[in-house]
Amino acid sequence: MRPRLVLFLVGALGGILLLAWGLWGLPGFGHYRGPYGNQINARAAKERHSSSAVAPVVFDYRGFDTVGEELILFAAVMGVIVLLRAQREEHEEPARLRTEELSFRVSESSRVVALALIPPTVVLGLYVVVHGHLSPGGGFQGGVALAAAGVLLYLAGEYLSFQRVYPVALLDLGEAGGAGGFIVIGLVGLFTGAAYLSNVFPLGITGTLFSAGTIPVINVFVGVEVAVGIVFMVYEFVEQTLLVRRRSS
Amino acid sequence: MSNAPYLLVAWLFFVGLYGIVTSRHLVHMIVCLSVVQSSTYVLLLQIGWVKGGTAPLFLDVPVGTRAVDPVVQALTLTDVVVGVTATAVLLALALQAHKRSGSLDPADLRPMRG
Repeated sequence: MRPRLVLFLVGALGGILLLAWGLWGLPGFGHYRGPYGNQINARAAKERHSSSAVAPVVFDYRGFDTVGEELILFAAVMGVIVLLRAQREEHEEPARLRTEELSFRVSESSRVVALALIPPTVVLGLYVVVHGHLSPGGGFQGGVALAAAGVLLYLAGEYLSFQRVYPVALLDLGEAGGAGGFIVIGLVGLFTGAAYLSNVFPLGITGTLFSAGTIPVINVFVGVEVAVGIVFMVYEFVEQTLLVRRRSS
Repeated sequence: MSNAPYLLVAWLFFVGLYGIVTSRHLVHMIVCLSVVQSSTYVLLLQIGWVKGGTAPLFLDVPVGTRAVDPVVQALTLTDVVVGVTATAVLLALALQAHKRSGSLDPADLRPMRG
């Protein structure tokens, strides 16, 4: 423990000096100098008919980076599923055999509150997903809100009905379709003779729901992928505690 | 203008790093990594902040209103997403490590066997 701490303090001292050196050259807080932000703030509404300047950066100007980000999320979901599969010395019990244990006791009040919160959470999630080009939000944020509805279902003690509501095949389709849809929208640009992920859809009127071309469409695909991905990950962890058992040999 | 946000960035980064170095619990270690990463959110957002600037949304205010940088906000969004996914994978690894060794203390981790 002691030598580790000494090593850290020496390293941290060097790190602090380097960080201070690096931060020294940056403009003071509030004295923004960069040209890009101002350029995009001035052009996003005119060029992309999007009233939010952040969404065109994420899904249009920097769209290709976001494809990579989306695939990071996809890879991480796959990673969690692979890591948390039943191991050699374990087996996964079918949920229907353990109805008694799985409908574990949840207090009536938390059950009612969790179930009552599901519809507004879904509406909020959908709202945030489809308004990404108008107000703060978008596929990533709204997708997480939608996934929260799945977690609320678990908090209400309804693990079994979760399995009925979200069949795994449908979840697989959502996860793959969400990730693939983004890439396919990018290809549409190529087929029309423009660059990959060019905003080739009709731009509409700024400030309305159907505007900003490809941005809201991509947001919907991202929203599906994020929501399904997070639900997948949460339920992999839940199944670890509920279903996976060490083989008694 | 005060440069306190820069101090906050340094504080978050090094306090998180200190937590990782002295950690005796894998979950605690993963939370500390999130603290380190949150310093990058603060750094990105405060670089783009303009004194007197509004959010980069031009729905209620006309284009040309002084607004903060949307590029660093988009980068922060990427940062958050990557952080969440990395945390999920690390927690899954911690869970399996606990199953193998029966302990969540990083000092108890043994070399992996095939």
